[in-house]
Formats: sequence, structure tokens, C-alpha cells
Amino acid sequence: MAQMKYFYELTISSSPHVHSPVTTRTIMRDVVIALLPALIGSVYFFGLRALMVTLVSVAACVLFEWGYCKLTKTNCKVYDLSAVVTGMLLAFVCPVTIPYWTIIIGAFFAIIVVKMLFGGVGRNIVNPALAGRAFMMSWALLMSTWVKVGFGNTPILGDTSMEALDGMTAATPMSFMHQGVLPEGVSALSMFMGNIGGCLGETSAVLLLIGFVYLLVRKIITVRIPLSFIGTVAVLTFLFPQGNERLDWMVYQICGGGLMLGAIFMATDYVTSPVTKMGQVVYGIGCGVLTVVIRYFGGYPEGVSYAILIMNCCVVLLDRIGRPKKFGAPKKVKEVAKG
Amino acid sequence: MAFSFFGGIHPKENKRYACDRQVQDFPEPDILVIPMAQHIGAPCKPLVKKGDVVTMGQKIGDNQGLCVPVHASVSGKVKAVEPRPHTSGTMVMSVVIENDHLDTLCEDIQPRTQEEVEKLTAEELMNIIREAGIVGMGGATFPTHVKLSSGLGKVDTIIVNVSECEPFIVADDRLCQEYPAEMISGLKIVMKILGLNKAHIAMEDNKPAAAKALKAKLDPKEGIVLDILPAKYPQGAEKQLIYAVTGKEVPSGGLPAAVGCAVFNSATCKAIHDAVYLGMPLIRRIVTVSGDICMEPKNLMVPIGVSFNELLEAVGTRENPYKVLSGGPMMGAAQYDLAVPVIKGSNAVTILGIKNKYAVVQSRCIRCGKCIDACPMGLMPVLMYKSTYTSDPEEMKSVHMLDCIECGCCAYTCPASVPLVLAFRAAKQRIRDAAAKK
Repeated sequence: MAQMKYFYELTISSSPHVHSPVTTRTIMRDVVIALLPALIGSVYFFGLRALMVTLVSVAACVLFEWGYCKLTKTNCKVYDLSAVVTGMLLAFVCPVTIPYWTIIIGAFFAIIVVKMLFGGVGRNIVNPALAGRAFMMSWALLMSTWVKVGFGNTPILGDTSMEALDGMTAATPMSFMHQGVLPEGVSALSMFMGNIGGCLGETSAVLLLIGFVYLLVRKIITVRIPLSFIGTVAVLTFLFPQGNERLDWMVYQICGGGLMLGAIFMATDYVTSPVTKMGQVVYGIGCGVLTVVIRYFGGYPEGVSYAILIMNCCVVLLDRIGRPKKFGAPKKVKEVAKG
Repeated sequence: MAFSFFGGIHPKENKRYACDRQVQDFPEPDILVIPMAQHIGAPCKPLVKKGDVVTMGQKIGDNQGLCVPVHASVSGKVKAVEPRPHTSGTMVMSVVIENDHLDTLCEDIQPRTQEEVEKLTAEELMNIIREAGIVGMGGATFPTHVKLSSGLGKVDTIIVNVSECEPFIVADDRLCQEYPAEMISGLKIVMKILGLNKAHIAMEDNKPAAAKALKAKLDPKEGIVLDILPAKYPQGAEKQLIYAVTGKEVPSGGLPAAVGCAVFNSATCKAIHDAVYLGMPLIRRIVTVSGDICMEPKNLMVPIGVSFNELLEAVGTRENPYKVLSGGPMMGAAQYDLAVPVIKGSNAVTILGIKNKYAVVQSRCIRCGKCIDACPMGLMPVLMYKSTYTSDPEEMKSVHMLDCIECGCCAYTCPASVPLVLAFRAAKQRIRDAAAKK
């Protein structure tokens, strides 16, 4: 054609032709950044083994996902960093004494069974890190060997069994509270700052809250799930203090165990939480109620992980409530009594 | 007044490329391709044949029914009457005119004085608007005379849309800065036809210069109010604009007239002024030619029928274009052939470079729910996308697929770059096909 002056290779696609700079990868990167204060804190409290456990867990998660994609010849999406987040969270819910082989098995279960067999990122029904932890509970003794807070209390390599750590182990505040009493010699401030026994990344409420603020500022999550979750636990523990001073009991319950980590980083996992605003609030309340019920009446001292796993399974239903009002849909007219 | 709407997004505006560039006349091209379908409705039938001599402003195509005529943008000789590429992506019957560069005006074009205009009845005015080939120039290209006649007696609020929420585009912004009197005069004609004494001009708050120019020409006694709305995409979408200005929601599947509103684009108002006072049919329009790889973005007064190739040449590009869009980057249509002409609804040509390519790297939905927060129609794109896995029209309708306005907010904000709008367009077509079969 005489008019054709240029011959470009033009791309044709449906609109829109521009895209927000926020991608799955940047979201996951922000979650990793938000988890870093707690990771640094855990190294300070429990020593370099905390870092090693996290690194092994992350490496295992990434390698399992990569290997699965290579074996099944599917498109590998490791670059979206979701496996890194899973790896960090899995390490965070284990005691620092966990043997490396155990966490590799946990990573295998989390990534291969829970995530990839269900179809990969976006398709899993339950939170992979929590399901991995639930699976690792098969080694109940390994998952409940708690060392005292101290940088050098745990060797980076070598035996971390209960016998080898003789004299270094101690019960966590949660096991006291499971008996219905406040932990002896642990101040509310320690509960908040995190120099207490417990899982690797869950002890410090303040450092997790710093991550929470970062996620809020970056608009990765909203306050709906964390606030309704923690709020429900607060209200229930305040109302039923099991014979303790109400306020103390509430503060210890909120800062203790995995509540902060669970409410901020696990329950808010996009894939396994509802998409509607109302659904998210109900989901958070459900998590809170189940947490308190398991803590009060369950066999384990801690209930956050099982509460979230159970609520994960209800998400399909929760997506049905609180759907936004469609623009232009007839409004429900309220009958106003005249006179 | 509500002043805003739910949902929406804030894409990078990129208006700075062209917002200070004065509208220039496009140098007369040698060849013009004037498609017979430049509006919603029945395409025109050509009234000229190969070899005919046409004058500037002469009617060269018309038809019965929902249709407005098309006119020759220049004087010259008809070189061919044949199907040519069109911005819609199809081949459309077009009249190809070889410009003689004389700009001989058609004899029918006679200016009217103020007294003559004041004597015209609503009926006569609407006929003038139809004969001038005026359509909604914001992109929808709905015949304006039909909108006016169907709104008679139903409409109580006139809104002039100067939102221009799409990135890059500043055509309406420039129009208000350079032709405020003409635009307001056109609006007064609309008000006269509809028998109303008040109207709104709705503008986003990112056009202070245009707002100032309009305010200088507005007389508070005339009943025209300038509403400054917060800049948010898609503020210019008809339903969202009506909600922002009046607080009324156009019912699902309904027209703006259902809530007593009629929305006109600012360029349409100017075209009405030109048709009524100057007798000039719609043969040229302001086009923003911009983009991130333009050497010199421009606002051009372009005769209808100039090819995109010539516009690209006029602005120059730093690198090979990756995409050339008719319209802005949110809702514009990507072109595969740059021989396509500027038509009445082309408010912009946007030229994007290769660095926009990352937007097509797709992964899987992670259920973040950002699309729900962004949807200005209160829909749930995440569920709508799921429903497109099925090919069941009922299933797709149950998630309100037909309410989607294809504004692109969901796809813009989706972190996994799921091609939501593409899927919804296909789904809507499927629903329409199924309805047609019944």
C-alpha cells in the first residue's frame, strides 16, 4: 500500500495496556521484608541457629518447588518469591532446636503436598506453612523442645535433643497458661518484647507489629483480619480469665504463643483467606474463637495454627457473605412507619 | 453531591507529555480515508463513486435509521470506494479522497447569525446536528441527535464530561483552554433543545488551566455550574460521572436518561457550536498524539481520515513502537495496521514503547481481592474470572458479567496480571451469542 510508510512489529492485545507496578513478586518481597525484624529478633534471642533453620527451610521450599516444576515440566514460578515466604513462615513456627532433617520434611509436605499437588500458587486450600507445621507435629517431642532464651544456648550444628540440652530447656509461657496460671517470673514486658521461650519467630510481639505496620503502609494487607482475630481473642480472654486477673491474663494471652505471627502473617495469606470485606471480618472472628477454645480446652497449649487451618477450609463459604453492592442495583427500601 | 464513586484506581497520569502543547493544525495530507462507519448504528452508504470531485464538507455517505452522515474533510477527487482497515480492527467500506489542497468549501455551508440561531426550534436544531454528522466524541460515538431526541422530557440534568481520566490524553483539556467560548455556546444549544436552564460541567481537579479558562467565560446567571471532581480513573465513565455529580445510580442495564441525566463530551459541544453557528459539519477534531516514546507529543486539529502513520510521523518516535493505541492506555484499542484513519471518536493516539511489555507476564490469581476494591461497578472480578472457566452463559450472567464496563481497573491492579478484561469481553460476547441463538 502506498500509504504504508513504516513497518513496525506492533503488538496487539486487549486493554488495559498499562499495569500497576505491584505484582505478586513485589507483594511477596514486601512480606519477606516485613518478616525480617522478627528474624533478626530471633537470632538475638536464640542464636545463629535460628538463622540457619530459616535458611534451610527457605532453601528447601524453593528447591522443592523448582524440582517439582522441572519434574512435571510445568512453568516454574519460583521467581514470585511465594516459596520464600512459605519457607520463612515454616521456620518461624518451629522451635529453634528443630533438627534440619525435620524441617526439610516439613518443607516437602508444605510445598509438594499442600501447594503444588493442589495446583501451585493461588490454588492451595490451606496455608502451606501451617500445614507443614501440623505435619511436623508427628515428631511431637522435637516440636516441643524449648530452650531458654540466650544467644549461645543452642549449637548451630550438633545434637539438639532434650538430653543434650540438659539444663538449657524450659517450659514456655504458653504451657503455664495451658494450666490456667500466669507464667512465673515472666513480666508482661518480656511477653511483649519477646525474650521468652517459644517458636523461633513468634515470641516478639513488638517486632511482628513493626512488620504489621510496614505491610499496612505498603497496603499489602488491611487491618480487618488481624484486628478481628486479635480482638476476638482479647475479648474472650478478658471475659473468661480462668481465675486470673483479667487484664494481665488478656495481655499474656495476646502476646503469648503464635497469635501475633498467625494473625498478621498467616491468617492474612491472600490465597487462603476470604476476598470480601465482611468475609474477612467473620474469618478473623472465627480464628479468634477457635484459638481460645483450643487454648482452653485442647490438648496442646497452643491453638493458633489449628484455628487458622480450620478457618482456611471455610473460606469458600465466607466468600459468599458480604459481597459488594453492585452499582445500579436496586436499593433495599426500608419501610418507614409514618405518623 | 457525591463528588466521587466507589472503587477506581490512580494510574500514572502521564498528562505532562502533551498538556502544555497548543493545538496545532495538522498539515493537509495528500490522501484521506473516510470510513462509512464512524458511529454506533447502521453504517452509511457511500453517496459518491470513484472519479467524483468532492468539496470540503460535502456529504459523502448517509443511511436511514440510527445513523449520521459523514462528510469529506477536504476537497479533491474520490480515488476509490473500497473496504479499508478501521480502528475497530475490521475492514470497513471507506471513501478514499485525493486532496487537491484547495479546500473548496461546500456551498451548503452557510454561517448563521445569533438572531437566526435564536429563531431555530429544537426540532430544527436537532436536524442540523444530525446533518452535521455529530456523534459522542469521547469515544462511544453514539449519534448525538438521537441522545437529544430520546432525552426530550426525561432529562433534567445535563453534564458535560471534561473528566478525561485516561492517562496521556489531554484533547479535552486543551479544548477547554483554547475554545471555552465555543464549548459553552454548544452547551447552551443543548440546554435550549432539552428546555433546561441549568447544566453541569464536570472536570477532574488535575486541569486547573482549563478550569480557569472556563470560569472566565461562565456567567453565574446562566445556570452552568463547574464541578471539580477528584482525579480518579474512571471518573469519565458515564455512570460513575453521573454518580459523582448527582449522587444517582444509573440502574443496571439502564441508560442515563433513566435517572434524568444526559452526558455530553466537551468536544461534542464544540462540534454542535460549529454546526449551528458556522454551518460546519464534523470534519476535524482535536487528537492528542502522545506516548512515552514520542519525540514531541502534540495536540493536533486533524481532519477525519488522516492515517495513524502520518500522525506518528508528525510526533516522531525515539524507538520502534511496541503498541500503537487508538485512545488511551486503559481502554484504547491496539492497532495492527497504521494505515487506519482518525475517525470522529478518536480522541488520542497513544504510542507505547517496549518497556510497557512487562504488563503481559501472567501468573495465577492469588486471591488478593485488589480487583474487588478497584471495580467501580461493585463487581467481583475474581469470581467473574472463575465463571469464565465454564462456558455456561447463565453461570457467567449470575456474577453480573454484563454490568462490566471494561474500564480495566481490575486488570490494571491485578498483581498476577491476569487478563481479566480480555476474558470478560469474550464472556460477554458468548452471552450475547447465546441470547441471539434463542
